[in-house]
Amino acid sequence: MKAIVNVFLKNGVLDSQGKAVQHALSGHGFDSVKDVRVGKQIIIEMNESDAALAKEKVAHMCEELLANTVIEDYEIEIQA
Amino acid sequence: MKVGIIQFPGTNCEYDTQHAFAALGCETQILWHKEESIPSDMDLVVAAGGFSYGDYLRSGAIAKMSPIMKALKVYAENGGKVLGICNGFQVLTETGLLPGALKRNEGLHFISRHHHLKVVNNDNDFLRHCAVDQVVNIPIAHHDGNFYIDAAGLNELYANNQVLLKYTDGAGNIDNPNGSVDSIAGICNKSKNVFGLMPHPERAMEALLGSDDGRAMLEGFINA
Repeated sequence: MKAIVNVFLKNGVLDSQGKAVQHALSGHGFDSVKDVRVGKQIIIEMNESDAALAKEKVAHMCEELLANTVIEDYEIEIQA
Repeated sequence: MKVGIIQFPGTNCEYDTQHAFAALGCETQILWHKEESIPSDMDLVVAAGGFSYGDYLRSGAIAKMSPIMKALKVYAENGGKVLGICNGFQVLTETGLLPGALKRNEGLHFISRHHHLKVVNNDNDFLRHCAVDQVVNIPIAHHDGNFYIDAAGLNELYANNQVLLKYTDGAGNIDNPNGSVDSIAGICNKSKNVFGLMPHPERAMEALLGSDDGRAMLEGFINA
């Protein structure tokens, strides 16, 4: 079982890297770019067959280490 | 006075910090991060600057999982004094010993230079030898020094006199190098025994090397 964790800055917390990428894209003529957010993706291979249990364990990992919930939100996707 | 200085893999300011406190007449001891307890004779424990675990994942994030951090939490909860400098400040916010978080600098650059700071509160051990509104000149060297806290948290910091230092120019006017909320450079916890700041007072110990304004700050912990 595989867990895909996406970590992004919370809405309302300025994403300086996203803004820099947005400006760079706009500066290169990509006029349709409205907003850019830069985050992290963490891929975890697990010895776990129960998807619900896997998700629960990964949520615990996010709270303990993978995300700083003062400034970041996380999303978890479990793949078979 | 005995000062313990925590060393993680990637810490690189432990010996500067040791030198600074030794120059003030303190006994010092380096504490390896695998230690599971804080020696009982410590009067102050410093989480020193550097790049613990290469800043992987987030600055200070992996360091908070080290055995010594559990011991440090207990030590702080029992009233033990803790100072986090730069990466040490990041570790203390990650651990939850101090509120808020340190984000990537707003301009995305690593900033390494002297910067002026204004003392906001001095009713604590750390800054008791400094005057309120006094401007000091202390080096900064960080990539993730952009202090963030939400509005409710910020109000609480002000209400309890937990805001210690702000980035200013030499005249004491706000001059924010990294995007920190309200230009905040250093804070303490509510019970005023845990302190954290991004600037490096241990690098401001000799006038010959640019500034000795760090001496009065670190001296605050002695005989406090």
